[in-house]
Amino acid sequence: MYNVKIDCSVAKKVIADDMILTKGVATTAGSKMLEGFMSLFTSEALVRLEEKGYGLVGKAKVGEFGFDLLGETAVNGALTADGVLKLAAAEAVLANEADVALTMDINGSVRRAAAQTGLVSVKPTYGTVSRYGTIPVACSGETVSLMAKNVADVKDALAAVAGHDPKDGTSLPDSMYVTDAATPKRIAVLTDMLANVNADVKAKVDSAVAALKADGIEVVEVTNDKIAAAKVAWNILMSAELCNNVSRYDGVKFGYRTPNFTNLDELYMNSRTEGFGELLKTAILFGSETLSTDNYMKVYDKALRIRRVVVEEFKRLFQEFDAVLMPACSTLEYTVDAVNNDKYMAFNENFYTAPASISGLPAVVAGGVQLVGKAFSEDKLFTLAEKLEKEGK
Amino acid sequence: MKYETVIGLEVHVELATKSKIFCSCSAHSFGADPNDHVCPACCGMPGMLPVVNKRVVDFGMKAGMMLNCDINRVTTFDKKSYYYPDLPAAYQTTQWFAPVAVNGLVEIETSKGKKGIRIKQIHMEEDAGKLVHDIREDTTHVDFNRTSVPLIEIVSQPDLSSAEEVEAYLERLKSLLRYAKVAECEMAHGTMRCDVNLSVRPEGSDKLGVRAEMKNMNSIEAIKRAIDYEVARHIDAIENGTEELRQETRRWDDIKGKSYAMRTKETAGDYRYFPDPNVMPVVIDDEWFDSIKASLPEFPEVKKAKYMELGLSEYDATRLSESIAIAECFEDALSVCGNAKEAANWVISEVTRVLNAKGMSYEMLTLDGKVLGKLINLVLESKVSRANAKKILDAMFEDPELDPIKYAEENDLVMSNDTGLVDKVIAEVIAGDAKAVADFKGGKDKALMALFGKCMKQLKGNVDPATLRTMLIDAINKL
Ligand SMILES: [Zn+2]
Repeated sequence: MYNVKIDCSVAKKVIADDMILTKGVATTAGSKMLEGFMSLFTSEALVRLEEKGYGLVGKAKVGEFGFDLLGETAVNGALTADGVLKLAAAEAVLANEADVALTMDINGSVRRAAAQTGLVSVKPTYGTVSRYGTIPVACSGETVSLMAKNVADVKDALAAVAGHDPKDGTSLPDSMYVTDAATPKRIAVLTDMLANVNADVKAKVDSAVAALKADGIEVVEVTNDKIAAAKVAWNILMSAELCNNVSRYDGVKFGYRTPNFTNLDELYMNSRTEGFGELLKTAILFGSETLSTDNYMKVYDKALRIRRVVVEEFKRLFQEFDAVLMPACSTLEYTVDAVNNDKYMAFNENFYTAPASISGLPAVVAGGVQLVGKAFSEDKLFTLAEKLEKEGK
Repeated sequence: MKYETVIGLEVHVELATKSKIFCSCSAHSFGADPNDHVCPACCGMPGMLPVVNKRVVDFGMKAGMMLNCDINRVTTFDKKSYYYPDLPAAYQTTQWFAPVAVNGLVEIETSKGKKGIRIKQIHMEEDAGKLVHDIREDTTHVDFNRTSVPLIEIVSQPDLSSAEEVEAYLERLKSLLRYAKVAECEMAHGTMRCDVNLSVRPEGSDKLGVRAEMKNMNSIEAIKRAIDYEVARHIDAIENGTEELRQETRRWDDIKGKSYAMRTKETAGDYRYFPDPNVMPVVIDDEWFDSIKASLPEFPEVKKAKYMELGLSEYDATRLSESIAIAECFEDALSVCGNAKEAANWVISEVTRVLNAKGMSYEMLTLDGKVLGKLINLVLESKVSRANAKKILDAMFEDPELDPIKYAEENDLVMSNDTGLVDKVIAEVIAGDAKAVADFKGGKDKALMALFGKCMKQLKGNVDPATLRTMLIDAINKL
């Protein structure tokens, strides 16, 4: 579960995943490439948590550069229990090792883990939590994300980390933080997202809908194939940005350097060939292709347009609804066998998480389902999540 | 057959901001040890995010306005990917889709008259580091001091047609950018670098010839030689079939006086440009735009015309307006002394004399023109002799705080109004050198100079030379 464990006697404990940079404590991004990497500075989000009295208990292992399904690509082996994949950060919270997990939501693994374990997580509105000091992968959509056993703990942790940071050029000014705390009345269920989920997930959605209805919330089923197209576009954008962001690991300055080279080209190629795992290399090659001169307009630019369409479609829905409910995954457990049979599951299961990733909208997972709201509507989503939480108890 | 040469230039200019483009490291590492001015951001470490230095955008806009460009009111940054050890993040942040300035025009003047050169665009970007090859150890070291130092790249249309025009264009860019105080533009320092794109075609043809690109040229003289060489090579190839011309990047060897095709491997590559998601589009609102517009200097021509209206010759007016540092020194001196001719002479002959002696360029001038004006006043009021004023000027270069009158008093350089003292010195000198007196009386004018020099020396130069000369002759004639 841990890449590094730290003795900590503080009352409020936080575990950071290994995409969050910590000065004095190695940050590996789950990759051979960054084995033993010591950052010169600590991430802004962790600094803010520590200022509010949280203490770091360790670094949770992650899949290589944090964009896989559920940590299966970690260089030091996936965390599993009875043949089922587990996300280390979530397990630490479940085992009471930490009250809060500070993680990077790059491609939805955190939301999948929360949905599968019954934890609560928030992927805040893009730009509201500083990404300073987080290992960059898919910068246009990834966010710092928080996970805990209950809504109250997630809320407290978010309050500690949110707010403008001049060190992050995409950090929104404080004046834009107009929290929409109005009582939610109507939500939509996105039925496009229910077609391929298994019975367990369907049951979670049904009981969530029932709980919300019981609490006086109007629930309406909607269909929107444009939002459902987010996955394809997100895979393009994520891979392109990833390809560019991991180019810096070239064996020259820091990270893994191959002993096998006689010239510069070999230094580059062998360091990266030996230092990176298979899924990452696939994403690098795919991303590189999407950005080539031949493909840019045909592929990358089109993905950027789909992003705008998704944003517009959500905007339209939020004129009528306070949130959109959808699952975060197709199944409540991923077996090691299943992932071994389909190494690229992360590029398909993100069907459920890509809409919020690509649009930068906040998403709260609670009661095994995902609630996506309009920008800055975290409080509204928390109110709904509390209703699901109440039902669960 | 007659041929014409078609040349377009890509000029990289280092902007003279205090700090780098995306971090707060100093952008000036002249004399610094390798990797003294680096931080996790500019050496590409993960987790640092770029925050645009607003001064860089100020300077980029200013440069655009000086070159008559349209300013893009929403300007964006993009990533350009390639691998090289001096590029720490393996991408350069530059402007590909919406550069800060587009569609400019620069007027140049050559022996053939005036001509407008169109500017395609000016984009802002970060510089790369430097590789230092250590021959003794047979290794290469990387110095990141220069990474993320802000640059602008000025891309011209292919409107230039000779080495002479290229020189005039580069000099014009230098002058305008220095006027706006956005860049040093010193090719010898690497703060101005030039890529030359050149092709040759039959005169009157509207089809472009095969293009050769020469990268990173760093002296105007070398550029001129390279252009002449390339033009001859192209014409030779076209007329005599000496070689098949290919579109390629060539390296100019200034020592051998030849250009060589670079291996295609060094030049091939897809830069995979895409918008940098970590840098929000920079929106230039009216207030920002207007404040930069208002901060622009007068153009050199405007100053020149004004100087001629003050009664200066065209030659003097040109010399004074060539460089903003010289122009400002002159204007400041004039504002204090009120005598344009005097101020012009002092700046053109004396100030440049000291600069040349020190091997300094105009841009390195730190002399306060107002203080120069005070010095000129001392001469005009006959408080200090011209010869001694030059000594004071030398001292002013050493100490910018220096007060000329105080310095003159402390160093005994004040003109003597005491004719009694002058008489006394003359009497002593004449008495001490009877031979020189006799020689002078005998018609040897040179002898007078010796006596004059002795008197001047004893009086420490603190006497008007003309007065001394008259008094000396009178005294000898009275003997
Ligand atoms: Zn720096």
